Amino acid sequence: MEITTRDLVTVLHGMGFGALFMLAFSGALAELYRMSVGRPSNQLSQRGQSLLGFYLIAMVILAWATVLSGAYIVYPWYRAVPPAGITDMADYPRRLLLSSGKTSEWHNVGMEWKEHVSWLAPIAMTMVAYVTLKYKRAVIAPRNIRTAVLGFAVAAFVATGVAGAFGAFLNKYAPVRGGSVIILMEGEQ
Amino acid sequence: MSMSQSGSGSGSEFDIPNGPAAAAILAAGIGCAAVGILAFAGDAFDAIGKMLNFYNPTGTLSGVTIVAIIIWLVSWFGLGRAWHTQTVQLARINVAAFALLIVGFLLTFPPFMDLLQGK
Repeated sequence: MEITTRDLVTVLHGMGFGALFMLAFSGALAELYRMSVGRPSNQLSQRGQSLLGFYLIAMVILAWATVLSGAYIVYPWYRAVPPAGITDMADYPRRLLLSSGKTSEWHNVGMEWKEHVSWLAPIAMTMVAYVTLKYKRAVIAPRNIRTAVLGFAVAAFVATGVAGAFGAFLNKYAPVRGGSVIILMEGEQ
Repeated sequence: MSMSQSGSGSGSEFDIPNGPAAAAILAAGIGCAAVGILAFAGDAFDAIGKMLNFYNPTGTLSGVTIVAIIIWLVSWFGLGRAWHTQTVQLARINVAAFALLIVGFLLTFPPFMDLLQGK
């Protein structure tokens, strides 16, 4: 069982950071919505508030780690230009997709949208975390603050969903490959 | 509408004016719109695309993201300084922030970019 360094980093970007960030939305949206209902029984305790703060900060870190690793580590491998004379495009995913009309829109629509829209998520989530941490229990008091917090959290979720879904499809049709091989386990035969 | 007027608790967070929240919310909208506007400009105009190529392996995306983050942080800092002790009309700020967020989503969507460019 072996994996290449590029495969490993791509998995870390997509599954380690991106998917974990996506999964965390269920908890964050549920908690923010529960708080926004505004009943006295829904008020978080001091400990609950601290946990929510830690949770949101972890989400912000994951969001930034996802887009930064994607744009500055994985994307350069994806868009690498093959040397002249190369006919096998397997190691050049962008060129591989663009080489056929059946796959070119995965790049022209999928990657072009994913590479930009994904950046809305960390910007939005940073605001959500900042406002929630700064106002603590009071974040639910004025309707306009909780509307903005919930609205931007949902927008971050949608942006992450678009980027994640296209990321999965792109990795299916034109995976990022190459780099040195890491042997994880040796089989008997 | 201020936090202290609306809040029923006794904690200090209920006394914070809404200015810092408004600054963060509007700046987030500005940052999202900046991503969209820069992505569109880089796609529509070759000269801007080349200008935004700060880091060749990542291409235009490097300039789009770096400039958008700078715009977002500078606007957050500026608005935060201006509003840190103020209570502002948050309803209007929200409308502007959500409008800017929609601009961000639309201008990053390639078919919409193509439509604007008449492709």
